This record gives sequence, structure tokens and C-alpha cells, in this order.
Amino acid sequence: MKTRVYVTLKNGVLDPQGKAIHHALEGLGFSGVNDVRAGKLIELDLAESVADEDVEAMCRKLLANTVIENFRIERQIEREPGAAA
Amino acid sequence: MKSAVIVFPGSNCDRDMAVALEAIGGSKPAMVWHRDTELPEGLDLIAIPGGFSYGDYLRSGAMAANSPVMRAVKDAADRGVSVLGVCNGFQILTEAGLLPGALMRNAGIRFVCRDVALKVENSQTAFTARYDSGEEIVIPVAHHDGNYQADEDTLDRLEGEGRVAFRYSRECNGSARDIAGIVGAGGNVLGMMPHPERSIEPAHGRTDGLRLFQGLIEAIG
Repeated sequence: MKTRVYVTLKNGVLDPQGKAIHHALEGLGFSGVNDVRAGKLIELDLAESVADEDVEAMCRKLLANTVIENFRIERQIEREPGAAA
Repeated sequence: MKSAVIVFPGSNCDRDMAVALEAIGGSKPAMVWHRDTELPEGLDLIAIPGGFSYGDYLRSGAMAANSPVMRAVKDAADRGVSVLGVCNGFQILTEAGLLPGALMRNAGIRFVCRDVALKVENSQTAFTARYDSGEEIVIPVAHHDGNYQADEDTLDRLEGEGRVAFRYSRECNGSARDIAGIVGAGGNVLGMMPHPERSIEPAHGRTDGLRLFQGLIEAIG
């Protein structure tokens, strides 16, 4: 089962990469960009038996550094066999 | 003095550190590979060197902090063995939870590689005993992720407990309160971004790093 983990810097933590991207977008002439924050997307292919708590533990122990980062877990919802699309 | 240098894939200051420890401590350190699960018996000092362990994958120091040898390093630190983490070593120590806070990308995005002036904030630690509090020293830095960040309570606690060992005299990389090096609650773990091992002999241009090792070796006997 595909699971996505989004890792983003906490609010208030300066994001130098986001700032540089923002600056570059302005340099390219794109207007109206108020702010840019850069983060990471980590895709996990997990066995069905892996519990939500386990994914959360993975995030806390390795995937995110909770001193400076937040994480959001998105588990792909598997359609039940035979259920209507 | 019995010392060890931990070597990770991608460490590149491990040999510099070994040269410094042998020159100042008088005996060759053991070079311990990251897959080892045990450290040599009777260590007085463990050095975690600079470099780009695991290619800085995920976050600088994140993979190394979870490598097999780090469990033994944590146990040794808990027993009071001195641990010196320099540059990537500092990043690894924060990722491993041996020191608070985190080291983020430099605020200016650029890799900073130059001599920097540091203020010795506290000369009462085992690592700074040969310096005077308030003294300014010059030690080189070479890093991309040296921007030290922690929440305000943690920063206040570090300052209040005299655990800020070194501070940049001038803004260097965006670090909160210009922190360049901190010690752990037990006083036996130091993490710092500047490289004292690159400043120990006249050929290096300066020798301000020498006293860190001399003081530490005296302190741990």
C-alpha cells in the first residue's frame, strides 16, 4: 500500500531554500507569489499489516526531525474488493 | 588517553581528527567503522568527525545517527565518556538526541568555508578549560548546514546553564543567537561546527584549536 509522508518545516522556521525559490520565481517575472516553503515528499510502499502508529513512529524516529519539521501522513485508501468505483 | 574516531561512509575529516588526537594526545586513536556495534574497552574520548556521512541523505547526520555504532556511542556518553562532535559530528549528535536542537541549511544558502572568529562563552567546560571566558579565537568552518536552531526555551536553558561553549563573533550562517558550539547536560558531550583539528599547528596558519584538545586531554587525564 502506497503511503505518502509530507515533511515540511514548522511555521516560523526560516526556510532558506524556499526563500531562494521565491526569489528565483520573481526573477523569472512571476508576480503574485507571496511566499514559498520547500519540503519533502517520501513515498513508502507498505504491507497492509503496517499500522498507522508504525508509520507515525517512522516519521518521529527518522523521516522528520520534529525539532524543526512537521509531517503529514497520507495513506492511500484501498478500494474494497467488489465495491463500486 | 585512549580515544576513538568514528568513521561513517562519507566522513572526510576522520584522518585530520586522528592526526590531531595522536599529535596532542600521544597515542593513535582507534578508527571505528559505523557498522561496529562495540567500541574498544576503556575509551576516554570518542570523536565524531566532519564530512558528509551517507551523502547527507534525508538530513545531514540523520542516517549516521541511526547507524549501529551510535548505540554504543550513546551508552558511552551516558557513562560519562567524553564525546567531541565536529561539523557533521555536531549534526549527528543533534540527530541522535545527544544534544538538543537541529542544524539547518545555512541562512544564506551558501556553503561557508573560511576562518571565523569565535567567542569562548564558557571556559568552565572540559573542552574549553584552556581558554578564557570571553576570549576571541579564530577557527575555520566549512559547512552547508550549520544554522543551529532550537526553540526559545531550549536556547534559554542552554544559555542559563552555561552550555553555549562557543558563539560566532559575527553572523556566520543564521544560527540562533550565533551559537557555534554547545555542550550536553552532563558536560561530557560537545558539538561544534568549527574545526579545531584544522587549527593545531603553525602550518595551519593558526593554532587556536590546539588548546581545546590540550584542555580536554588534561581534564580527562
